[in-house]
Amino acid sequence: MKNLESNMAGTVFTVNVAVGEEVSAGQVVMVLESMKMEIPMEAETAGKIATINANEGDFVNEGDVLVTFE
Amino acid sequence: MGETKGYNDRLEEKLATIYSGGHAKYHEKMKEQNKLFVRDRLALLFDNGEYIEDGRFANVEAGDLPADGVVTATGKVNGQTVCVMANDSTVKAGSWGSRTVEKIIRIQEIAEKNRVPMLYLVDSAGARITDQLDMFPNRRGAGRIFHNQVRLSGFIPQVCLLFGPSAAGGAYIPAFCDVVFMVEGNASMYLGSPRMAEKVIGEKVTLEEMGGARMHCTVSGVGDVLVSTEEEAISEAKRYLSFFPANYTEKPKQVEPKAIKEGRTLEEIIPENQNAPFNMYEAIDALIDEGTFFDVKKLFAPELITGLARIDGRAVGIIANQPKVKGGVLFVDSADKATKFISLCDAFSIPLLFLADVPGFMIGTKVERAGIIRHGAKLIAAMSSATVPKISVIVRKAYGAGLYAMAGPAFEPDVCIALPTAQIAVMGPEAAVNAVYSNKIEAIEDPKERLKFVQEKHAEYKEEIDIYKLASEMIIDEIVAPSELRSELANRLRFYEDKQIVNAPRKHPVLPV
Repeated sequence: MKNLESNMAGTVFTVNVAVGEEVSAGQVVMVLESMKMEIPMEAETAGKIATINANEGDFVNEGDVLVTFE
Repeated sequence: MGETKGYNDRLEEKLATIYSGGHAKYHEKMKEQNKLFVRDRLALLFDNGEYIEDGRFANVEAGDLPADGVVTATGKVNGQTVCVMANDSTVKAGSWGSRTVEKIIRIQEIAEKNRVPMLYLVDSAGARITDQLDMFPNRRGAGRIFHNQVRLSGFIPQVCLLFGPSAAGGAYIPAFCDVVFMVEGNASMYLGSPRMAEKVIGEKVTLEEMGGARMHCTVSGVGDVLVSTEEEAISEAKRYLSFFPANYTEKPKQVEPKAIKEGRTLEEIIPENQNAPFNMYEAIDALIDEGTFFDVKKLFAPELITGLARIDGRAVGIIANQPKVKGGVLFVDSADKATKFISLCDAFSIPLLFLADVPGFMIGTKVERAGIIRHGAKLIAAMSSATVPKISVIVRKAYGAGLYAMAGPAFEPDVCIALPTAQIAVMGPEAAVNAVYSNKIEAIEDPKERLKFVQEKHAEYKEEIDIYKLASEMIIDEIVAPSELRSELANRLRFYEDKQIVNAPRKHPVLPV
């Protein structure tokens, strides 16, 4: 399954999942904050979280991998 | 008598060859690719499968080039006359010889004289290199097709249905159309093939990656509507055409009104928290006649939605920020997307409805280097110069140049309506207080005092930009309850129907592209 990449530069506002968790397609995995807006980052397809690569408060660039799937 | 029969036999024989297209093996190949034969495509497209044709006998003397690889036809679609060119890819891969090009030019001329839409059903390998002197550089060579497309742009609707490749110069046919439908897996556009790219610049890439339908509809934005079958392309193209008049002198047709889709109300959809995301598609559903939305460039720059719809039976072009994607912030691609859509609607008298929930244009090095200022200027210029009825609705917020891009009060919208929760400002309260008082905030040592100061300033700022204050100052024209918005829009679209703007004479503006 494809990694979830940030679609814009911003700060991690909340991490909504844990490693090992099963997520469904369209589930909000992380919320970024950018331009004062909350940006939901959704899983494209269902899968199991392998790694979480950014923590709350971290700055991320567009294209950074936020979460990988097993 | 016998002599006449002889003539007829010869005609029948020739016609049979023409109608059968290329060699059987190419028909087989098309079937394997889930592609339809050109005449089956036309039968699906035209009302009752009926059409008249010109140039059937083009290149008949060659023997193996039926209709010279292109069918040019006139018939009715949704009861409206349209002209069509359709490549036959069973004939030399739909490539262009001199008569192919001449046929395409002539059907464009017929569309122009009759002021009817022109459809391009493209499935072609490009120029026949062996015939280049007869079809490439001359006055009525391939360049004339594109020249005609440019001349006809905004005069009649031009629609491209891409069923196969559109290679090299041929790729400009879709590029000059108002809209491009692409069949996933079969349609492609590229200036140089992957083989050429490997030879000339050493790049190894697949056709799908470089010029496939999905890539063009999501990344490059050259494609507008991604479909999975040819049948879907044809039925969606018909639905698209139903929004348009035959030419720029006519108005879009009205149809029977429909109720909105059952679902949550606008009050329920729009969160109170200005920064929280919501799905603008749901809000659109709460405003339009059920099932009428036609998404243009759905997969490209999805932070901005552009689509055709009907409100109380009347056609309208909707430009709406999508807070669910990238916060609804405007980017280089979203600006391009809106520019083309506004220009399309304005050309064919389709009123524009702006649904604003926009934090502004994106900032930062990446977008500045990509020229966000000139892209933003291009969008603002298109919106500003549109003369169709323009209705601006501030759904939740319009900050900075986002207000300008979404037909804010300075750009002569026929009306600027705010919902009671709307905020209009140079920037949001948090950013504004930070910008004005950052030194003072930092100087306050006690955290409690600091928080109190910031909260006070937020409250002051919110009062300053209170929507009733803006209405009192007549900056916005109306405040409307969310439950009344649909009927307000329906009434206004009705009253603005005969709007006319006559601009001061000039040749044309200098485009800020």
